[in-house]
Amino acid sequence: MSTPTPTRTPTGAPEHLTGPGRGGVGDDAQRPDGVLKVRGEFAYGSDLWMEDMLWGVTVRSPHPYARIRSIDIGAALATPGVRAVLTADDVPGEKVYGLELADQPVLALDVVRHQGEPVALVAADHPETARLAASRIHVDYEVWEPITDARAALGHPTWNQVHDSAAEVTELSRENAHLHPQGNLVRHLKIRTGDPAPTADVVVVGEYEVGMQDQAFLGPESGLAVPAEDGGVELYVATQWLHVDQRQICSALALPPAKVRLTLAGVGGAFGGREDLSMHVHACLLALHTGKPVKMSYNREESFFGHVHRHPATMRYEHGATHDGQLIYVKASIYFDGGAYASSTPAVVGNGGTMGIGPYVVPNVHVDCYGAYTNNPPCGAMRGFGSVQTAFGYESQMDALAAELGMDPVELRCRNAMEEGSPTPTGQVIDSPAPVAELLRRLEAMPMPTRVDDGEVDLRDMPGGVSNTTHGEGVRRGVGYAVAYKNVAFSEGYDDYSTARVRLEVVGGEASATVHTAAAEVGQGLVTVEQQIARTELGVKQVTVHPKDTAVGSAGSTSASRQTYVTGGAVKAACEKVRAQVLARAERLVGRTVPDLRLAGGAVVSDAEDIAVPLVDVLGDEALEETVEWHHRPTEAIDPETGQGFAHVQYAFSAHRAVVDVDTELGLVKVVEMACTQDVGKAINPQAVLGQIQGGTAQGLGLAVMEEILLKDGKVRNPSFTDYLIPTILDMPPMRIEVLEYADPHAPYGLRGVGEAPNISSGPAVLAAIRAATGLPLTRVPVRPEHLTGL
Amino acid sequence: MRLICTVNGTQQQVDDVWEGESLLYVLRERMGLPGSKNACEQGECGSCTVLLDGLPVCACLVAAGQAEARQVETVEGMADGGALDPVQQAFLDAGAVQCGFCTPGLLVSTRDLLQRSGRPSDAETREALAGNLCRCTGYEKILDAVRLAADRLAQSGTGGHR
Ligand code: FES
Ligand code: FES
Repeated sequence: MSTPTPTRTPTGAPEHLTGPGRGGVGDDAQRPDGVLKVRGEFAYGSDLWMEDMLWGVTVRSPHPYARIRSIDIGAALATPGVRAVLTADDVPGEKVYGLELADQPVLALDVVRHQGEPVALVAADHPETARLAASRIHVDYEVWEPITDARAALGHPTWNQVHDSAAEVTELSRENAHLHPQGNLVRHLKIRTGDPAPTADVVVVGEYEVGMQDQAFLGPESGLAVPAEDGGVELYVATQWLHVDQRQICSALALPPAKVRLTLAGVGGAFGGREDLSMHVHACLLALHTGKPVKMSYNREESFFGHVHRHPATMRYEHGATHDGQLIYVKASIYFDGGAYASSTPAVVGNGGTMGIGPYVVPNVHVDCYGAYTNNPPCGAMRGFGSVQTAFGYESQMDALAAELGMDPVELRCRNAMEEGSPTPTGQVIDSPAPVAELLRRLEAMPMPTRVDDGEVDLRDMPGGVSNTTHGEGVRRGVGYAVAYKNVAFSEGYDDYSTARVRLEVVGGEASATVHTAAAEVGQGLVTVEQQIARTELGVKQVTVHPKDTAVGSAGSTSASRQTYVTGGAVKAACEKVRAQVLARAERLVGRTVPDLRLAGGAVVSDAEDIAVPLVDVLGDEALEETVEWHHRPTEAIDPETGQGFAHVQYAFSAHRAVVDVDTELGLVKVVEMACTQDVGKAINPQAVLGQIQGGTAQGLGLAVMEEILLKDGKVRNPSFTDYLIPTILDMPPMRIEVLEYADPHAPYGLRGVGEAPNISSGPAVLAAIRAATGLPLTRVPVRPEHLTGL
Repeated sequence: MRLICTVNGTQQQVDDVWEGESLLYVLRERMGLPGSKNACEQGECGSCTVLLDGLPVCACLVAAGQAEARQVETVEGMADGGALDPVQQAFLDAGAVQCGFCTPGLLVSTRDLLQRSGRPSDAETREALAGNLCRCTGYEKILDAVRLAADRLAQSGTGGHR
């Protein structure tokens, strides 16, 4: 198949912004870090090295729930080559930290609440020495029985007891049944709108379950902490949000921000898994304690314990509709298992609840969405953040309803699709394009993959591949559709902003800009976008991206599909201020006001007056610099009883069509093709947009058919890439993609955050296709062979 | 122990290597060649792929001592001074590099593939790169890059079989 090229629907982005080949906004500009990356010279966190540095390792709890009676570090300390062994007593400041709630110990205090919880640290001159010493630390645990079910942790009856008010729930009467003093509830979000007791012609009820997914970024958690002469510390670390790290590190170390300076090391993918601290405080503690640089780099097994995962979810949905497929009501109960610590569970509950019925218009909505503490591994941010799980629920329901009504599933979705002007279940009116139906219709219109039937069977096209499990016997094809939406940027009244410092000066005889932000580049290409915006706004070719550090104000998190929007907005605003200065100078130079002065091609130009003053002349040897803190328009907290409010600043929409072949005898699935349509408002870098859609699609496909952290009694059974499978190049099919550009009038350049939506609609489309191929109800992802064969 | 081997055409000697160290550790931590990556250190991801006497191997699975007196080629040896290898250039042009952590291994594997079969079909490419995980790209642009590199190498007559 030839490589599909994206088509775009132009939406009036100004012509001069989109000129080809200039490396500006709208171009396929190349990454500034690309050459280093292909030469193997890009310094990731795990590549950092200093003369005389030590290696730090972490001792972790083998138990999901236990009390620590004592820790004996004597043998570890006596190991030759060991320089430090630290426990909670050595944490000088606050001993707990957290993104939203400070409930997670830097090093275990008294009680461990999940397997893999950090208990002690070792620094030594060789990583193997450190590991050996770590194995000699003796921790005496009083092991408790873990609480491993979110509903049980809240004292809620299990589903089959839902209608039985006398159902026996014993979990909460147990000793140690509350993981935290405030109880096991992290957040309960309610949405109540319309008629509380609606009735409908047709009702479908379904219960769904989503397993725990891992971000599985390839670059391990890693960094290097260097003690500084002023008693502070420099930390080079692969992370997602330097300033929120800095806040938490300062609190744990009892140091002011001026003494905790962070610089972003190369990041090998993130996908949400680096929003919480991992080795950050630990490396700083060891460095300050030993007075030496300390490097920490997790191996893959430790990485599975070293970051939060995607919340597993159980969901119960009831959809009511008229005979002709008009949705009347949706009732939903959604449970997110937050694991041992809060991390970003409150915000995940926010997304799961407010967007939990999908991009549909429904007059009567009743949602209860819960986040619970359990003794499972802590869960927090992962791409799609609370929306991935619910999309499996609501899209499965739409298919079930379509089947019940005898209606085409795409037709049913289009009939109920949101559009601009529609109300959301939180009472917010969608005030920018929402082409939900168009995304689905365009998918439908795309050609289907064809089966080459030349009598020859290419095993590589079969489920099971060259394992030679079938030549086509028992193989059935299915097609499925799904559509999803997701908020962009931070919501519910959070003051979400980014800071950009832009400098324009003459370097080597050429006008050149420098963009300085703290926005983490994790692979998505924000550094490219920063350059493109500066080129477009300042009319220069040379743009340097300053290393990302805390010497400039916060950029907020690289999450929620927000950086191109928010940091892009900040860079644009800072460029505009610099430009205003340049134009004022140019006017002084020419001695009068010129209304149409602009920057282009390294000069100040006016078309009306035939002026073209080179920037080098306007700037001379002076540098113009502006720093701007840019906030997106405010959102508001939702009402705690009804869930009503202007919760989200922007929504991203995408849809997928999946075509699968299923070997129904062995339960093997081969995804034959994925097609995706997405509205991105404005593709700042079309090539990078496609990369996000393709990569997000792969992660959604992974959750649908293979990716799950398997837990037994709170313990992880598969912490390796041998046993936790992510899609390989053999698992990912060719894709067809159409990118739409309907500008959002509220956003810079009209753009919409791109990264998450395709990760949300992809998996439910695959699930729907497998259902279509097999006729099975399939209420749990990932789908395993045994779900398909009934064995 | 002492290890002597040739890396990217240059003889290297390192002392005090602990027997349990992998070739990957020695390259990264003792020879100052961190280009080969350490995503799993258990032979599952291919990010550490290097050529050992011309054959692709996972350097994390090779004990350092096994490299004694042998030829090792890593991603750092691909470019000719300032000029990128056509495979490196194709990965950049196709947008096949996001976080780039998989890239060194994929470049070495792709170079090996294109040396063996000048113009692989997509199915052949998928088989050849099945041991190289990438979490960012969904592989579409990696396939684009392989096709682009194969075309360019064929045009310049520098690809082909060996
Ligand atoms: S690091 Fe060697 S295969 Fe993953
Ligand atoms: S580009 Fe990030 S893993 Fe491949």
